[in-house]
Amino acid sequence: MSATFGLVTATGEDSGGLASIIGRVAVAVAVATVLVVVMAFLMLPIVALVTYQPVSELIHGFGTKVAIDAILVSLKTNAIAFALMIGFGTPFAYLVARSRFRGRTVLITLVEVPLVLPPAVAGLALLVAFGRLGLLGHTLGSLGIDLAFTQAAVVIAVLFVASPFYLRGAIAAFEAVDDTLIDVASTLGAGPARRLLKVAIPLAGGGLGAAAAVAFARGIGEFGATILFAGSFQGTTQTLPLAVYSLFDANLDQAIAIGVLLILLSAAILLTFKFLLRVWTSSTSTSPSLAAPSISAQN
Amino acid sequence: MALVGSSGAGKTSLLRAVAGLERPHTGRIAFGREVWFDATRRIHLSAERRRVGYLPQDYGLFPHLTVAGNVRFASGRERPDLLERVGIAHLAGARPRHLSGGERQRAALARALARDPRVLLLDEPFGALDAIVRHQVRDELGDILARVRLPTLLVTHSFDDATALASMIGVIDRGALVQLGPPAELLGAPANAAVAGLVGANVLYGVANPTPAGSVVQLREGGSLASSMRAEGPVQIAVHPWALELADPARSSLTDTVLSVRQDRGNLIVRLARLTIQAPLNARGNAPIMEGAVVGIRAAPRDVHVLNSSGALPEPVELDSRRQARERQRVAKTDHV
Repeated sequence: MSATFGLVTATGEDSGGLASIIGRVAVAVAVATVLVVVMAFLMLPIVALVTYQPVSELIHGFGTKVAIDAILVSLKTNAIAFALMIGFGTPFAYLVARSRFRGRTVLITLVEVPLVLPPAVAGLALLVAFGRLGLLGHTLGSLGIDLAFTQAAVVIAVLFVASPFYLRGAIAAFEAVDDTLIDVASTLGAGPARRLLKVAIPLAGGGLGAAAAVAFARGIGEFGATILFAGSFQGTTQTLPLAVYSLFDANLDQAIAIGVLLILLSAAILLTFKFLLRVWTSSTSTSPSLAAPSISAQN
Repeated sequence: MALVGSSGAGKTSLLRAVAGLERPHTGRIAFGREVWFDATRRIHLSAERRRVGYLPQDYGLFPHLTVAGNVRFASGRERPDLLERVGIAHLAGARPRHLSGGERQRAALARALARDPRVLLLDEPFGALDAIVRHQVRDELGDILARVRLPTLLVTHSFDDATALASMIGVIDRGALVQLGPPAELLGAPANAAVAGLVGANVLYGVANPTPAGSVVQLREGGSLASSMRAEGPVQIAVHPWALELADPARSSLTDTVLSVRQDRGNLIVRLARLTIQAPLNARGNAPIMEGAVVGIRAAPRDVHVLNSSGALPEPVELDSRRQARERQRVAKTDHV
């Protein structure tokens, strides 16, 4: 930014005089300051986390039993929750986006309620809903099912706090799809499932992917609802964030190592996801930068 | 067959109802003996089961698929023959956004044909095109439609487009079918002022007095015109711009002030305060027409059409359930545009 300003002053005609030059320099300095302050504030904690202990210690921390267990629990529960969220949430969002009925806005608001629920409250709510003494827990209990403090409870907690992010984004993404195209698809003989899979999802792909990424980020970091509803048992319900918390008192080095691991894991998954989405949308893209009109020999 | 009407007349809704995308409150839609919709019997065949070839106004091509992919969506397999038929075989691998308006229309047409439809439904087929390519695309569409020989129902706001493509034209006004007939009939004997206005005629208001030869209409804003039709009382008259002639104001029963003069494809269009005159350019000869000048107007009595002379013409017909169904059947069965 400042380089640009300098260049303009140097090569432009000498029109502004000293006051103008000072003005431009002041703007450049202000812009640079804002950039540096914001980025430093955001990056400093992460840098501190990574550099807190020697790299060898850090790597060692990655390999401990408690870390490995937490990774496996996190990956497994989040994968299941993610699959359920996509599988049920996508058709749900499509239906809500495509239909007009009384109370539709109320419904959408209800979907968003978990977003404003503090995670601890969400955990309590799940406990009194699915727990042994809870609303549904009694029925489940008589069937011999006890969800609280099991791995299933982790999945439910993650699903409960993360899926509203996906639903909200997916509804918006489907609403942005031109209704005419869906209508045309039905006149071309496509039933509801085909309209969803072949027309709506490809056209809403970008928005769906973004919503899924936000929901994933929320789910992988889930803490409050999980610790209340599922507890923190190593190997079954102790996810990475819970492991960080439980080691915080006993072994700070270890806790930090797991924290770094969590960051690396999230980043790796999100980047992979973004990459896959890019590959997929480029094959079905509607943006001008991709796929020039090839006069291909398709026939 | 074409349905013509101004925006908001209900054309698109009607087409969507036939396609199965909208559920009318009343009425019946049938293709031959196959009932697609019946409000009283609660029949509603879903769009995917009606086998219609529906082209919305902007053609509705799937932007994420190639032209061939769009066609494959409808038929489940490659159909190079269809692309060949509409003349865009070379564009099979192109994405819709790289196509011109006319090419998009053909791609959409090929896709609709891949569905093996029983009726083609075209919504404002030239609405998305600019004026320059409009005529060319219209001719090409006419050729393609003539080749595919399918019953076709198209809706448009342009009487010109309708006459170019359809042998039967229905005029819709405020949700009702007011006239149905070949283009010549609509031009020669418009049922009411809405139809007359749509086909481009001048509509004037006045009071008719019967004469042995027909009637003379005293116009509301002064002047009079003779008509060969018998009429009495308050009437509306329609007279086409090309049936009017400029004359010496001193010897004319009707005079008007010139607002503007322009040329349009070999014709001279003279816009007056109350009406418009169209005359072949060469016939104007040497008399220049000045803006602001007062001119006389003459028309042959047989060209002055009295619109609401009682009994001369049918009343506007409600496009009610049975009528609608009959129209639909007629469209489907007999009318090859």
